[in-house]
Amino acid sequence: MKILAGATRADEGRIELDGNAVSIDGPRAAEALGIGMIYQEFNLVPDLGVVENIVLGHEPRRGLWLDRREASRRAAAVLHDLGIALPLELPARRLSVAQQQMVEIAKALARKARLLVMDEPTAALTEREIDALFGLIAKLKAQGVALIYISHRLEELPRISDRVTVIRDGRTIETRPTAQMPQADLVRLMVGRSLAAQFPELPAVPADAPSALRVRGLTSERVRRGLDLEVRAGEIVGLAGLVGAGRTEIVRAIAGADAPTAGSIEVAGKPVVVRGPHSAIEAGIALITEDRKAQGLVLGMSVRENTTLAHLDAYARAGFVDRRAEAAIAAREIEELRIRTPGSEQSVRNLSGGNQQKVVLAKWLIGAAKVYLFDEPTRGIDVGAKAEIYALMLELLARGAGIVMVSSELPEVLGMSHRVFVVREGAIRAEFTRAEATPDAVIAVATGAGAGAAA
Amino acid sequence: MTSPRTLLLRTLGLVLGLAVLVVVINVFAQGSFLTPGNLTNVLRQITYNAILAVGQTFVIITAGIDLSVGSLIELTGVVMATFANAMPFGGVGLIVATLLVGLAVGCSAGLINALPVVKLNLPPFITTLAMMLMARGLAFKLAHGRPIPINSNAFDGIGTGFLFEGLLKPLGLPGIPIAVLWMAVIVVVFAIVLTRTRFGRYVFAIGGNEEAARLAGINVGLVKTMVYVISGGCAAVAGLLYMARFSSGSPNTGIGSELQSIAAVVVGGTSLMGGRGGIVGTFFGALLIGLLNNVMNLLNIESYTQEIALGAVILIAVIVDELRKRYLTL
Repeated sequence: MKILAGATRADEGRIELDGNAVSIDGPRAAEALGIGMIYQEFNLVPDLGVVENIVLGHEPRRGLWLDRREASRRAAAVLHDLGIALPLELPARRLSVAQQQMVEIAKALARKARLLVMDEPTAALTEREIDALFGLIAKLKAQGVALIYISHRLEELPRISDRVTVIRDGRTIETRPTAQMPQADLVRLMVGRSLAAQFPELPAVPADAPSALRVRGLTSERVRRGLDLEVRAGEIVGLAGLVGAGRTEIVRAIAGADAPTAGSIEVAGKPVVVRGPHSAIEAGIALITEDRKAQGLVLGMSVRENTTLAHLDAYARAGFVDRRAEAAIAAREIEELRIRTPGSEQSVRNLSGGNQQKVVLAKWLIGAAKVYLFDEPTRGIDVGAKAEIYALMLELLARGAGIVMVSSELPEVLGMSHRVFVVREGAIRAEFTRAEATPDAVIAVATGAGAGAAA
Repeated sequence: MTSPRTLLLRTLGLVLGLAVLVVVINVFAQGSFLTPGNLTNVLRQITYNAILAVGQTFVIITAGIDLSVGSLIELTGVVMATFANAMPFGGVGLIVATLLVGLAVGCSAGLINALPVVKLNLPPFITTLAMMLMARGLAFKLAHGRPIPINSNAFDGIGTGFLFEGLLKPLGLPGIPIAVLWMAVIVVVFAIVLTRTRFGRYVFAIGGNEEAARLAGINVGLVKTMVYVISGGCAAVAGLLYMARFSSGSPNTGIGSELQSIAAVVVGGTSLMGGRGGIVGTFFGALLIGLLNNVMNLLNIESYTQEIALGAVILIAVIVDELRKRYLTL
């Protein structure tokens, strides 16, 4: 993908576009050839408006001056062709994720892209936004735009793709028409081995399991409505809801990432005071954040240094870090979590997404917390690593920990939770047992469509 | 944080570069450069900058900057000179008491630098710029615009004294200047603090990813405060050495020192973006700049040209560092 975009140069092989061999030696060349990229992380300028972002780098000019009217006209034309409405004057940072993505697509099309490459475009979208995106993709197809759609979400592929190519470890494994590629085959090709089921079987929570986490009336600056939540040892509670519904804010408040303003928290039956991340960690609460690069890891540091970062007290004597002990625990975690790295001294910047996520997990696993809060634990990582992370969650349950899992992937929430709480507008709106939690029921509450039982 | 091996390689590279430079220069300077006396002199000249740069390294690794250190040399110098003159006793007691007073002033200034940064998230560029102006103004006010001569001779040893004179004479060395020993102790102690202690690890973590550090339970505010306090303390030590050297506390000795110290840090391979660097590199950065100044003096290059050359060296050093980072350490 980076080669197509001109970000990385090809070492060998050839690229043909419309049957002609082309060479792509930079981003400008890719653009001139009509290749548009929609990355997972958007490239919008946050403080510029929709129009400015769409024409960025190709601003129409009248003499020395920017021609704002022409810019608006062009942007409006592209958006009109796409059949989407956006608040043109808002700065990009105030748009929703889905809207920002629309701007990215419009930007590519304004540059006359004939081939669009999309990397995990639905990762941050809600179900409804995904439907809108797929509608848009169908329209683009009808207009003669070719699309390369990169996704980990297998269930999406039959809906939008004509052919599927499985790529694993940097190599093409197989290409088939989508109609001849059942999901089980896809998974087998992606993992290289057959997965019995996508999700492991959850062991039942013992009837006499003690409480791992009890939250009463918790509020923070971003959780306005008092939050009540209980998780028992050996139990996974899933937090479902649309992106922006306030699920992340809830786990952040529990973990002290946003300081709680009221309410009480008990861990394993003992009241604790959470003022910030430090006191939460001391109390046995671990938050595995959503965005590993921004919040989970110090990318320039080694696997060893990242692993011990949150528990350095245990690996230091009289203020001096015991590197040998650190190396030992890092080596143990690399082995247990099967982190693919040349060694514990490797900088985590050079690891793949799934392995980076495992380093984040290692960082919290060595602390033996009582409560693990997972925020989107499998976002953007491959199927094999996902299965490993699920297995790890089961292991934590076996150790007697309680888990709260936020996930935007409905199958994941339903497949990996004993109970599902649905969050909408910053509060828990409904609670389902595993048996009751059907996709329809959860989505109804999440979107506010049904009159879900208030918690 | 860079792994020990890359750090070693980087340091070796610097040392090798220096060695080649030294030989070439000695030829040009007709042998006046590679003499024990001249090299000892270079070491003594860089003590102030190296000590300032040690504190600056801590600040810069957290992705901060301390522009106040030059003025703090002056303010602490003036305060220490005034204090020393007012004391009825001399000797080591006076040195210790004066140093403590200087440290109190320097560290407090560091604390004042840090509080708005930590509590209000203000950019350190601004808070330390403000401190730079205030400290210089205060130094001038306290000293009435003139250097304050020291009455006691207790500081002469630090300023001009040598150690191991008898021992090193057979080797043609004048001995080790006492100020150089102060520098050596500070460099070694803080190099250990930065690379071996939990605090040092936190400094790197904050510079590398402040939010990840916070969520890992690190008291980011405290660590950041500490680095500015360390920087202020280093400025006070440099202030003492300066005062001892010139037997006076002077309100205009530190002009430009803050930039010299930043230059030493950057030339030494520490990233202004934070999260990467080290004290050993900083020492060699200060040494390189010191050698360059010395050589240009020996070659009778006029001072304007010297500044141009120094600027060019800094630019080249950071470009080389960036290229090396891009193409060699993947």
